[in-house]
Amino acid sequence: MKGRLFSFRDFDWTLLGFVLILSMLSVLEIYSATMHTKFVGFEKTQTLWLLGGMVVMFVVSRIDYHVLLDAIPWIYGFCLVSLVAVLAVGSKVLGARRWIKLPGGIHFQPSEWVKIVLIIAVARYFARLIGKNMTWGDIGKGIALVAVPMLLVLKQPDLGTALTYSPILLVGLFLGGIPWKKAAILAVVGLTLVGGIWSSGKVLKPYQKARLTSFLNPDNDPKGSGYQIRQSLIAVGDGGMLGRGVAKGTQTQGDFLPIPYTDFIFAAWSEEHGFIGAVAVLLLYFLILMRLIQNAQTAADLSGTLLVMGVVAVLIFQIAVNVGMVIGFMPVTGIPLPLMSYGGSSVLFTFLALGMVMNVRMNRFVN
Amino acid sequence: MLNREQEIPAAKLSVVQYVVLAVLLVLIAGLWRLQIVGKDNYRALAQANRVRKVPILAPRGRLLDREGRLIVDNYPSVSAFLVHEQGRDLDADLPVIARGLNMGIDQIQAAIKKYGISAKYQPIPLKQDITPDEQEFIEAHRDALPELELINEQRRLYPRDGFAAHLIGYVGEVSEDMLQQSQYAYYEPGDVVGRSGVEETYDQLLRGTDGSHDVLVDSHGREVGVLGNEPAVPGKDLKLSVDLDIQRAAENAMGDRNGAMIAMDPHTGEILAMVSRPVFDPNRFAVRIGRDDWNKLMTDPNHPLLNKAIQAQLAPGSTFKVIMSVAGLEENVAQTLKVNCQGGASFYGRFFACDAHHGNVDIRNALPFSCDTYYYTLAQRLGITKIADWAHKMGIGKKTGIDLPNEVAGTMPSEEWAMRNYHRKWYAGETISVGIGQGAVALTPIQLARAIGGITSGGDFQRPHVVMSNQLPAQYEQAMLESFPGSGATEVRLDPAAWQTITDGMADTTTGSGTAHASHLEGIDFAGKTGTAQVLNHSFGAKSVSSNIAGRANAWFVGVAPRRNPDIVVVVLWEHGGWGAGSAHLAAQVIETFVDKQRRLEHNLQAPPKAAPLVEVGAIYSAPGEQDGAANNKPSAKSLSTPVGPAEKPAPPAGSPTAGMHGGHFFVPVHPWNAARAASVAATVPTRKPSSRQSAPQEGLAMAASLHAPVIGVPAR
Repeated sequence: MKGRLFSFRDFDWTLLGFVLILSMLSVLEIYSATMHTKFVGFEKTQTLWLLGGMVVMFVVSRIDYHVLLDAIPWIYGFCLVSLVAVLAVGSKVLGARRWIKLPGGIHFQPSEWVKIVLIIAVARYFARLIGKNMTWGDIGKGIALVAVPMLLVLKQPDLGTALTYSPILLVGLFLGGIPWKKAAILAVVGLTLVGGIWSSGKVLKPYQKARLTSFLNPDNDPKGSGYQIRQSLIAVGDGGMLGRGVAKGTQTQGDFLPIPYTDFIFAAWSEEHGFIGAVAVLLLYFLILMRLIQNAQTAADLSGTLLVMGVVAVLIFQIAVNVGMVIGFMPVTGIPLPLMSYGGSSVLFTFLALGMVMNVRMNRFVN
Repeated sequence: MLNREQEIPAAKLSVVQYVVLAVLLVLIAGLWRLQIVGKDNYRALAQANRVRKVPILAPRGRLLDREGRLIVDNYPSVSAFLVHEQGRDLDADLPVIARGLNMGIDQIQAAIKKYGISAKYQPIPLKQDITPDEQEFIEAHRDALPELELINEQRRLYPRDGFAAHLIGYVGEVSEDMLQQSQYAYYEPGDVVGRSGVEETYDQLLRGTDGSHDVLVDSHGREVGVLGNEPAVPGKDLKLSVDLDIQRAAENAMGDRNGAMIAMDPHTGEILAMVSRPVFDPNRFAVRIGRDDWNKLMTDPNHPLLNKAIQAQLAPGSTFKVIMSVAGLEENVAQTLKVNCQGGASFYGRFFACDAHHGNVDIRNALPFSCDTYYYTLAQRLGITKIADWAHKMGIGKKTGIDLPNEVAGTMPSEEWAMRNYHRKWYAGETISVGIGQGAVALTPIQLARAIGGITSGGDFQRPHVVMSNQLPAQYEQAMLESFPGSGATEVRLDPAAWQTITDGMADTTTGSGTAHASHLEGIDFAGKTGTAQVLNHSFGAKSVSSNIAGRANAWFVGVAPRRNPDIVVVVLWEHGGWGAGSAHLAAQVIETFVDKQRRLEHNLQAPPKAAPLVEVGAIYSAPGEQDGAANNKPSAKSLSTPVGPAEKPAPPAGSPTAGMHGGHFFVPVHPWNAARAASVAATVPTRKPSSRQSAPQEGLAMAASLHAPVIGVPAR
C-alpha cells in the first residue's frame, strides 16, 4: 500500500483551479487595500507565499499520508515542545507570545502548524475507533489530544487560533461514531464548562471578554472595542449590490477599516465588489468545500476520509468565524480568512492541508 | 480490507455538506442585510466618516432705516472650534489649548460636555471672536493640535449706546428650549439666533442659509481632498420703517429718563422711532454675554431688557380723555354735557378731586384744560359698558399686532372683565376714575399711539409695524400677520363733527391756557393731550408702589401733527416724570424735527454747500462685548473711526472735535434732512483706509472697507 507511485492525472485540478481563482482575488484585494498604506507591495509578498505554498502542496501530495499518520506521535510530541517553547522564549508582540524568531529573520507561529498536526492526529485516533463502541475513556483521550495544545495556545494568549482546533475534534467525534447519548451529555458538560469559564473571569482576560461581546452592540463604544466592528459593518454596507470598485472603497482606502488586508479583508472585498462579489467568493468556498467532501467520500480508507474532513472542518470554521465577524454575527477573534487573508503561515497551512488532500485523492483507488 | 461504507455512513458526510451550506447561506443573509437592505444607511455612514463639513456661516441680513441708511451691520470675526479627531487623546491636549486660547480647562470641558452629547461628530464651538494672537496660536499648532479649527463668522455690530436697542433686539446663542420648537428646527446647538426685537421677529429672513466646505479626510483626520463647496446664502437686508433722524431726535429727547417714546406714521402704522429707557448694549449679546452682565440686566429694577413701548402696561391718565371724548360724542352725550368745575365733585358718596377750579366746562374746553370733573361726569353718564365698548373698538386692552415679540395687551376694565377676573360685579363708583384714565385701565404706549393716531385720522386705525411691508415676501407677510394677532388695521368711521371737536380740543392743549401750552410750536399744527397718571392706585388690579420717587406720577403725552389726518403721532411715557406737560416738551422736540425734515423735503431744500466738518453717522458702533474704551482694539470698529494713515495704534479721528469720542459717539447731524444730498456728500468723502495692525486678518480689512461704504457723511453747520 505504501510508496506506490501515482500520476498527476489523479491530481485534483478542479479543486486547485478554484483555489487559485480565490488566491488571485485575494492578491487583488491585498493590492487594493494596501496601496495607500505603508504596507504597499504586500500583494507581491503574498504572491510569493502562494507560489511557495503551491510548491509545498505538490511536495506534500507526493508524500503518502500514511507516512504522516505513522509519524504523527513524534510530530505531535515535537509540536507540544514548540508550543511550550513559544511560551518560554517566544517574542512578545502586542502582549502575546505567539512567535518564535528563527535565524534569518523568519517569524514562526507554531499555533498555525498545530492545526495540521491535530488534523492528522485526530484522523489517526478516530479512524481506529470507527465501528467500535466508543467508550468514555476513548472520548476522554480524544478530547485530551486536542485540549492539551489548545490550552497551551490559549495561554499565549491566542483565543482565535485555539478555538480553530475545536472543529477538528468535533468532526472526529462525529465521524468517529460517538453515540448520541454520549454526545448529548458531552454537549451539556461542554456548555456548562464554557459558561463557568466565562463567568469565573479567570481564564479569559477582560480585553478578550470585551472583544467577544462588543459585536453585539458596536455602537455602545464606537471608539473602543466596537470601533473595528462598526467600521467593518459600514464598509460592507457601503459596498451595496455592485461595490465601489477596485481601490475605490472609502472605508478601505481611507484607513477607516482596520487591517483590511488580513482579518478584515472580506470587508474590504465586500466594499469594493459589493454583494455580487462577496457572494461570488462564498460560492468559491462552497465549491472548494464540496469538492473536498467529495474527496473525503472517495478516500481509500477511514483515516483518509477523516484527514480530509478535518481540513473541511477547519476551513468552514474559519470562514464562518471570519466572515461572521466582518458582518457583525461573530466577535472579533483575529482568525484569518483562509485563502484570502494576507499572511505566510495561513497560506502555508492551507496549501499543506490541500497537499494532504491531494495525496488522499491520488490514493483513492488503492485498496 | 475495511468496508468503510458500513463504517462511516454517507449520510454523515451529507450532514457536513448541509452544515456547510447552511453556514454559507446565513453569511449570505447577513451580507444581504448589510449590502442590500442597509446600503443607504451604511453609505451615509461611510460618507460621514470621510467627509468633514466645515460650516460657512451665512452673514445675517443688515438692518437699514427707511431711507436705506445702515443701522445694524456685521463684522468679520474668527471663532475657534474643536473638531472630532479619531483616536486622539484630547485630555492631554487640553492644557495646551487652554493656555493658547486663554481659557480655563474647565471651560473647554464644559463646552465639550455641552455640545459633545448632541452631535457626536459636530464641531464644538470653543471660543468665539478670538483675538489675532489666539488665531496665530491655532495656525502655528496645526500639526500638533489638528483638532482645532478656525471658522470665519460674521458678527452683529449694533449701534453704540443702545441706540434703538429695544426695537432692533439682539442675537444670542440658541437655547435648549428653542431647539425643541419646530420653528427653530433649522438651528443646531451653538448657532446664533435673534433673541429679541426685529432680530427675533424676522429671524427667518435675516439668518440666511449656512453653506459648508466639504473636506475629505482619512481616519486620522488628515485632509486628502476637497469634495466641494456649498456657498452660504446671506440673510436678507431689511429696511425698517424707522427714520434715523426721528429716532435720533427721540433718543436725544428721552435722554436718561426712564420710560418710552414712540413716533408713528398714522397713515400706515409705520413706526418712525421707538425708544425705551433704560437701555442696554446689544453688542454685549453679540458674542456671548457674561454671566455677570446678564445677572445685572436681569436684576435691574428698571428692567432694561423690557421694551416699554410695547411691554409697559400702565394707567394712561388724562390721555385717556381723548378716548372718553370719542365715546361721549359718538354716544351723543358729550355734545350737551356742561359741567361747573369747582375743583372736583362727589359721586356715589365719594369726592373726586380735579386739579383746578375750571368753572363752566363743556367738551370744547374740557380736553385742553384736562378737566377731571367733566370726565368724571361723562364717565358716569356713559357707564362702563359704553366706555369699554368704544375703548375696545379703538384697540385699548388688546395687542396692536406690532411685529415685535412679547407685546402685552394691557387692560380695559368692564363688567365682564370684573366678573371673569375677580368673580364679582362691577361697582358703578369704579367707572368714575376710569373716566380720567385711572383705576384699572392699563395700556401700552403702542396702543395709545395706534388709538390716538386712528382717532385723529377720523377713525382709520392702522396696525403698527417696524419693517417696511414691501420688504417682505407675500406669504411671509401673511404668516407675520397671523403670528402677531391683535387689533390690526380697523376702521371705525367717526362722526366728522366729533372728529373736529376732539382734534380742535387737542390742538388747544398746546396753545393759550392748554395743559401743554409751554410746548407750543410756532408755525406747526401741533395737537396733543397730556396725562399725569398716579402710580399709587387704590383701585383693584393695579400694584401700589411705595418708594418716594416711585410715588411720582407717570408723565404721559400723546401728540400729533397736524391735528387732523396727522403725518406723525408721538407718544411719550416718562415714568415718574411728575407732570404730563414735561412729556409734552419731549414730544415737541420730535414733532419739530419731523416737521422740519418734512418741509425741507417738500421744498427740496438743499443742504448748505459748506461741507466741512464732516460728521460720521456710521460711527455709532461700539465693539461687542468690550468695554467702551476697548472698541478701538477691534479692527472693524476702528476702521469706522480712525483716519487715513499708517498709524500702528488706534488714534482718534482727525476730524472729530475731541479725542474722547473714540469708537464713535454718534454725532447728531444738524441738518441731515436731504437724504439724497447726504448720500452725495458721503460719496465725496475721501475714502478712509482702515489702518492695519500687523495681525489684522485680510478679510477684516475687506469687510471694514465695505462697512465703510454706507457711512454717511453729513455736513454740520
